[in-house]
Amino acid sequence: MSKLRAGEGMAEPTTETEERVRKVELLISNLLRLGVTVSLILFLCGTVISFAQHPEFFSDRSFFGHSGSGSPRSPVLHSLADVAAGLGAFRGEAIVTLGILLLIATPVIRVGVSIFAFIYQRDRLYTLITAMVFSLLLLSFVLGKAE
Amino acid sequence: MTLLQFDLSVLGISVLAGILGSLLGLGGGIIIIPTLTLLFRIDIHYAIGASIVSVIATSSGAAAAYVRERMTNLRVAMVLELATSAGALTGAYLAGQLAVRWLYVIFGVVMGYSALMMFRKRHQSAGEEVIAAPWADYLKLHSSYYDEAAGREIVYRVARTRVGLGLMYVAGVVSGLLGIGSGALKVPAMDLAMRLPIKVSTATSNFMIGVTAAASAGVYFARGDIDPFIAAPVASGVLIGAVLGSRLLGRLQSTTIRLVFVVVLLWVSGEMLLKGLRG
Repeated sequence: MSKLRAGEGMAEPTTETEERVRKVELLISNLLRLGVTVSLILFLCGTVISFAQHPEFFSDRSFFGHSGSGSPRSPVLHSLADVAAGLGAFRGEAIVTLGILLLIATPVIRVGVSIFAFIYQRDRLYTLITAMVFSLLLLSFVLGKAE
Repeated sequence: MTLLQFDLSVLGISVLAGILGSLLGLGGGIIIIPTLTLLFRIDIHYAIGASIVSVIATSSGAAAAYVRERMTNLRVAMVLELATSAGALTGAYLAGQLAVRWLYVIFGVVMGYSALMMFRKRHQSAGEEVIAAPWADYLKLHSSYYDEAAGREIVYRVARTRVGLGLMYVAGVVSGLLGIGSGALKVPAMDLAMRLPIKVSTATSNFMIGVTAAASAGVYFARGDIDPFIAAPVASGVLIGAVLGSRLLGRLQSTTIRLVFVVVLLWVSGEMLLKGLRG
C-alpha cells in the first residue's frame, strides 16, 4: 500500500545521488519494519506459549487489581543471562522478553546502519554526525548499566 | 481480572494510544501511564517501563511508513538527535541533583505557552517567508514532501537551526530527568522555531523519540521495571495503532493536526503543573 503511494507525486530520481538517497530511505524503512514485525511475532508466540504452559492464566483473577502490586507471578527477567536461560527452557515469558529487547534494539541498530548509509551516500558531514549520535547512545547504555 | 481479560482490554486501549502517538509525534505515554495506573492499578514503575517500550513501538511502527513516504526529514532528525542524546546524558547525570518538582512546573508553563503559540499560528503554513538560514543551508536541511490532503508536493525551508538544536538539547535533558519521550517539546520546537511543516514535524519527532526512549529503556530493563506481561500487550496494541495512524497522517489537514496537538499539549501541561504543585 504505502509502496504505491510513495511513488506518486514524487519526482523520478534523476541523478545517482538521489537514487542512493532513496535506496537508503528504503533500507531504513525496511529495517524498522523487520524489527517491528519480528517483535510482534515473538510477543504473539510467547504469549500463546505462556498461556499453554499456565492454564491458570485463563481463570485466576488475582494477577492484577486489588493487590496493587501489579506484578504477576515470578520475578521479572531483567538480565540477558536470565532471558537466555528462560529461552533454553522454552518459557513463554522469555520469548516475549526477547521480543521486547529486539524492539528496544531496533532504533539503536537504525542509527548504526545509518552511519554506513551516509558513507554510501558519500556524505562525510552526516557520517560524522551519525557516528557521534551512535557513540552518545552507546555511552548512555554503558553509563546506565553502571548506575 | 484474569490475564486474558487484561491482555485484551490493554490491547484495545493501546491501539488508540498508538494512533494518536503516531499522528502527533508523541509516544502515547500520556494515555498509557494513566490507564495502567488508574484503571488497572498497575504499579507506577511497571507502567513507566511499559510506556518506554510503547514509545519505541510507536516510533518504529510509524516511522517505517513515514520514511518511505518522505514525510520524515532524515537529515533534520540526525542533526537534532545529536542535541537530544547529549541532553539525555546531561539529564541522567543531573537526576537526583535537582528538585524535579520545579522542573514539572517550569515545563508545564513552557508547554502551555507553546500550545498558545501553536493555536495562534494554526492557519499559517510553514516556510512562507524566506528567512536567511546559513546553518540549514550548510547542513542541507531544506526538503519537500508530498501532501496527500493538499494533493501536491510541498517544498519547505528550514530556519533557525541553532535555536532548534538548543531546544532539542533541553528536550533531551527533560527526557533524561523525567523519563519521558518529550515529543511534546520536540514538535513545537520544529514547528514554531525551525518552521518545518506540522506533518514533517510530527513525523520527524516520531522518528526521533524511538532513539531517545531506547537510550533509557536499557536502564529500566536492568532495573526489572519492564514486565513482559504488561509491556507486550501494550507494545502490540501500540504497534498496530501506529501502523494505522501512519496511513492517516498524509490525508489529514495540517490545521486539524495542529488543533489536536494543542489540546494534547494543554492536557500534558496541566498534568505537569498539577504534579509539580502538589509535590
